[in-house]
This record gives sequence, C-alpha cells and structure tokens, in this order.
Amino acid sequence: MGFEEIMAIIFIYIFVENLVLNQFLGICPFVGVSRKMETAIGMSMAVLFVMTVAILVTWLIYNYLLEPFNLQFLEIVSFILVIASLVQLVEIMMRKISPALYQGLGIFLPLITTNCAIMGAALLAVTQEGFPFLTSIVFAIASAVGFAIALILMAAIRERMELVDLPRGISNSVVTMVTAGLLSLAFMGFEGVVTL
Amino acid sequence: MSAYIQDIRRGILDENPVFRLLLGLCPVLGVTGFAMNGLGMGLAATMVLICSNVVISIFRNFIPKTIRVPIFIVVIASFVTMVDMLLAAFQPELHDQLGVFVPLIVVNCMILGRAEAFASKKPIARSFTDGLGIGLGFTVALVALAAFREILGHGTVFDIDITGAAFDPMGVMALPPGAFLALGILLYGVNLLFRKLGIE
Repeated sequence: MGFEEIMAIIFIYIFVENLVLNQFLGICPFVGVSRKMETAIGMSMAVLFVMTVAILVTWLIYNYLLEPFNLQFLEIVSFILVIASLVQLVEIMMRKISPALYQGLGIFLPLITTNCAIMGAALLAVTQEGFPFLTSIVFAIASAVGFAIALILMAAIRERMELVDLPRGISNSVVTMVTAGLLSLAFMGFEGVVTL
Repeated sequence: MSAYIQDIRRGILDENPVFRLLLGLCPVLGVTGFAMNGLGMGLAATMVLICSNVVISIFRNFIPKTIRVPIFIVVIASFVTMVDMLLAAFQPELHDQLGVFVPLIVVNCMILGRAEAFASKKPIARSFTDGLGIGLGFTVALVALAAFREILGHGTVFDIDITGAAFDPMGVMALPPGAFLALGILLYGVNLLFRKLGIE
C-alpha cells in the first residue's frame, strides 16, 4: 500500500465519508455526550482507542478463524462479544496501568459497548469492504478522528446554544437534529475531492 | 387485558423509542431514504425485539444478575443473525438496501434497554406485548420519517408517484443532511401534536 493510498483513505474517512454525518453511525453518543466540551473530548479519545483495538482484533478473528472454518454466519455474535469483552478488558487494564487515563475515560468506556460506531466500522472494514490488515488499521484511526471532529464541533455549537430561549415545541433534540443537518450539509462540500 | 393494551399504547405514544426517548437513532437516520426501507427495517427490529423479550422473560429467573448483560447481548445477537439470514434469503433487494444496519440492530440501545428494564422482570405475555408495542412505535416513526423524506426527495411514497410532474423534488432530502433536517422537523411536529393530546 503506497503513501498516496494511505493519505486518500485518511482524507476520505475523516471528511468525505464521515462516520457520524455521512454514514449515521454513532448517533447515540453524538446526541448524548455532546453537551459539554470535556465529555465530548473524553468520549472521542475513548472511541479512538477502542476502535483501533477492536478493528485489529475483529480483523484477525474474521480472517484467521471465521473464514478458514466457513463460520461467517457467526460474525455478528462473535464481533459483539469480542467488542464487549474488549471494552471490559481495556477498562480493567487501564485502571491498573494508568489511573490518570482511567479517571479521564473511565465513565465513557462502558457506554462504548453499545456504540454502533465501533461495531459498524468493524463490519464495514472487515466484512463489507474486506480491507487488508494495514488499511483496516488506517481506516479505524481515520474513522475515529472523523467521529471526534464531528462530536467536538457539535459540542462547541451546543455549548453556545445552551442558554438560548427556544420557542414552544422546539425542544433541545429538535435543535440538535437541525444543527447536525447543517453540519452534514457543510461536510457534503468534501464530496468527490478525493477518490480511491 | 387492559395492561396489555396499555403496553402497546405506551410503546407507540408515551414511550415511543424514536420520538420520545431518542433511542436507536442510527437506523432511523440511515435507512429512511425510502418508505419501503423504513418499513422493512422497522419490522426486522420489531421481530428481534419481540423474540429477545420473550426468551429473556422465559429465562429471567435463571439468569445470574452479575452476567446478565452479556447474556442479553448473546440472545439478541442470535436473533439478529436469524433475521439477517431470513432477509438475505427472502428479500435480497431489501437486505442490500439496508446494508450494515441489519447487523447493527444488535447494538441498538432500544432493544437492550427493553431487555434490562422490562423483560428481565415481567412475565412472558407482558414482555411480548411490550416488545410488540415498542417495535410498532419504532416502525411507525421510521415509516413516518421515510415517507416524509421520500415525498420531498423523490415525490413518491412506497414508489407510487403522488405529486405529479409539476413537483420538483428537493434532492437534499434524499441525501444524508436531509435525514437530520427531516427528523428535526418531524420531532417539532410530534412535540406540538403530543402537547395537543396532553402527553408531556
């Protein structure tokens, strides 16, 4: 895999095919933890970490365990179990090795188990696109950075909107959705800039 | 009997997973380009929800408290695999359209939420109606949003042309930003409607 291809994948999955704004993966944390900048940054870091490890492990499992034995029908069950136990493992290890990092990410780790961004990215990279190993890792990092950018942008906007008086019937969720729509519209400007 | 009707009513109105609780939004936004896809996704999720609710309710007294979440996830994942295979076998076109969102039913917080909050505590029949109610609520929301987007984005509903040639479709509604905007508009409408109905 050449340098150009790596750069193209990084650009595409951060901006063009943004995980949240273009592919609708990870909407729950995007809506749920985007109230404050600190939580948004914490969640982004946790996703970056778990997504890279999760795609690494699911790639190995799919290509060396499921495919040779024709067990592809087990992909959903095995992927979700791997991701759920991985999150637990990471949490326990982090508490022992780096208490400071655990303090920072601690509360977000359990939430990640049901974050469809992780499972969705794993399914996209490993089974649907069938990326080679190195490409999958680059894909994981780029997707997580794209997720982080969307989440942090959203948090920055929502922090400013917190004190605004809203008309009747326009709840916080309505404002969030329309804001996300405008962000997504802005990201559509990147369409077609780079192709693989 | 009334408890069962209450369960279904609650799932569609008071605790509608999409409009009221904002749960499981990924498929809501991801597959609602066409009303047909919305209906297919809604029914697939309903099927998984009913089956997992019933099975978890049957075994609710045997599942150890400490490891209940992994058990719930395995039960849900098995049913998602079944639905995925059934769709691939009998509705291959719909299966292709829904893409990655069928396997992603497994991480839908709505389903795990019902297992944890309802099915692990209540008898089998109640869990069945609860799954049915919440599933129907989810389906109604998906179809409403998908129909709204399809009318504005393509001028059709369920592939039937209803607007005629004079209508110029708004392409943006069929694209990703349209999903967010349409859901925002729909949530506003639903808020007003629910205020009229006196559900707060």
